[in-house]
Amino acid sequence: MDEQRSHIISALVMHRPGVLQRVAGLFTRRGFNIDSITVGPSEQDGLARMTIISRGDDKVLEQITKQLNKIIEVIKVRDLNADGTVTRELCLIKTHTPSERARSEIMQYANIFRGRIVDVGPENLTLEITGTPEKIDALIDILRGFGIKEIARTGPTAISRGSKTM
Amino acid sequence: MKGSQAIIKSLTDEGVDVVFGYPGGVLLPLYDVIYDSDLKHILVRHEQCAAHAADGYARASGKVGVCIGTSGPGATNLVTGIATAYMDSAPIVALAGQVGTSLIGNDAFQEVDTIGMTMPISKHNYQAMDSSEIPQIIRSSFYIARTGRPGPVVVDLPKDVQEGELDYPENITIDLPGYKPTKKGHPLQVKKAAEMILNSKKPVILAGGGVIHSDSSEELQHVSELIGAPVTTTLMGKGCFPEDHSLSLGMLGMHGRVASNMIVDECDCLIAVGCRFSDRTTGDVSKFAPNAKIIHIDVDPAEIGKNVAVDLPIVGDAKIILSHLVRVISQTKGQGKPDWVDYVKSFRASCMPRLSFDDTPLKPQQVIKEISEAVTDDTIVTTDVGQNQMWMAHYFTSRNPRKFISSGGLGTMGFGFPAAMGAKVAMPDNDVVAVCGDGGFLMVCQDLATVKEYDIPVVVCVLDNRYLGMVAQWQKLFYDERISQTKLKAMPDFVKLAEAFGVNAYRVERPGEMKEKLQEALKSGEPTLIDVMIDPNEILPMVPPGCGLTEIVGEYKVERENPSEITYRPSAQETGGD
Repeated sequence: MDEQRSHIISALVMHRPGVLQRVAGLFTRRGFNIDSITVGPSEQDGLARMTIISRGDDKVLEQITKQLNKIIEVIKVRDLNADGTVTRELCLIKTHTPSERARSEIMQYANIFRGRIVDVGPENLTLEITGTPEKIDALIDILRGFGIKEIARTGPTAISRGSKTM
Repeated sequence: MKGSQAIIKSLTDEGVDVVFGYPGGVLLPLYDVIYDSDLKHILVRHEQCAAHAADGYARASGKVGVCIGTSGPGATNLVTGIATAYMDSAPIVALAGQVGTSLIGNDAFQEVDTIGMTMPISKHNYQAMDSSEIPQIIRSSFYIARTGRPGPVVVDLPKDVQEGELDYPENITIDLPGYKPTKKGHPLQVKKAAEMILNSKKPVILAGGGVIHSDSSEELQHVSELIGAPVTTTLMGKGCFPEDHSLSLGMLGMHGRVASNMIVDECDCLIAVGCRFSDRTTGDVSKFAPNAKIIHIDVDPAEIGKNVAVDLPIVGDAKIILSHLVRVISQTKGQGKPDWVDYVKSFRASCMPRLSFDDTPLKPQQVIKEISEAVTDDTIVTTDVGQNQMWMAHYFTSRNPRKFISSGGLGTMGFGFPAAMGAKVAMPDNDVVAVCGDGGFLMVCQDLATVKEYDIPVVVCVLDNRYLGMVAQWQKLFYDERISQTKLKAMPDFVKLAEAFGVNAYRVERPGEMKEKLQEALKSGEPTLIDVMIDPNEILPMVPPGCGLTEIVGEYKVERENPSEITYRPSAQETGGD
């Protein structure tokens, strides 16, 4: 019961101004943890899907789900089971790489991680990588040795596996 | 028609006949329509009172109360009243003016982010950005405010939206795909609850404000009598079960009756209906009803398991679920628990609080006893917050729902008087008495002008001890009697203050006078203030924060000095149980 776990909460919400504030405000006010939140249009017109990564025990998770459901503009809420879920995050990494050798090494790592070089300058490279947050963490760790100038991560978004929808 | 006309038409279509408000610059278009509308507008003297009056109106009548305030400071002044209504689930719609849409975000004169500000303290809020949205927004606001778990809804109305033209639609459909409150309880859960109750030996019902909102007092009494379960209530539930009924234990909690706190500690099955297990009700949750299986009936699924772990939840409307429960239980034999009922009755009798005191200065118990004697079952009483509230909650016998109105969740000082004003406007045929403290009343005393102007004959009893009594009580009990900033050294002469507003006033100082003056005031049919000089040293026994409900400190003065010890001795039949 008291075990703290990371949860992926997927919520279908009205695509209106202020909804993100309602959701974020709820987390702050009730002291719920929020690791990341992503929002974008969903398959239905006028509705958006939010993916929230939160940590807490079962009781906290139950409260998060119930409190989210109380928001009038929230249509559906689901706690996605990590095993039955595809989770992806996009990350852009700008490195400081004046040396030729470092550049070719980075390009090799990018290949291994199925990343792409999306911008090149005389002293920098920018990589794009998509994957699970763990995979992105691993690439960042490797690139730190070369000198990272900036990182921009979207935060994970998720969808359940199989034909079932929420 | 214009947006402002659409607002008034929408309100009228919702059955609104009175609103409490205060005009301002951005509300000029709306007030210009109010000028020759049939809608009665009561001009309060502070927006906070408009919100509390709408709240009192709603709680007394069960209808949605409406208040209006202008942008900026008007809206911020409404906030306390909106938060009060939110915490106690009172259905109000608050209309707030807003600067023109082209100015929003520019820090314009009297601009404030009303939507952002009221998000955490309202059930929902809307900002109308186009005049054509008004009919749908107002219809939805009323629907949201009064259905499910009721609550306040805020509508932000920019000035140009009030001025714009629209075609008022013939049919307005409510389209809220994310809002579908559950009404009917799950039949299997009801069946399980019935089994749990029938298998218990010592059942107790804890009734909250939800019983009043769902209008299920009759069903509750039916269940209680059928299964032989005594009833205790939360502050919000006070009055939902007649407190002079032999199965009534009175209020539970920090300032609860001894009988309630002890019997809940002892019970083996607690049937909680429409309550949220607030910290003031439960005390230390780890010591709350330690021997009981808990059944929790509530319309709001988020309340289940929020504060107290529940063995059996039933989500839905209390009225529907309780009547379903009665049907299921009636079909079974042996539902009563006569030995438990006998024990509860004699235990209750042994610790009824003493009310009669002939001391001067007056003991609050005596004052409340005289208030009880002066009023009828139809009288609506409101309280302020603090000792006056807890004395009323503890000592006053309330017999009917919607007749005891108090700010429970937010604990808003200054609530009692304006709430009484709203209650009286809603229920003109019922007497309305506000019991306040001197501190709280002074926060809203300017609205004596309102009751005078509109001839709203409420009687305000100011329990005057020249202290912020509740905080002073805690200082005495837990802070080495260091009375920090709770002694009110300079206070007005309340009789003269009332008279300055043209309101009748009396001062009461000796036993017997309270009843006489209150009856006289009620009979006069005019707004009246009664300044009641009470003993500043009286302390209400309490459960200190962080303690279990049985750990009461302070001397509890009982009516009859201790008879022989009372214990629960079940007969062979009842111990046979299941």
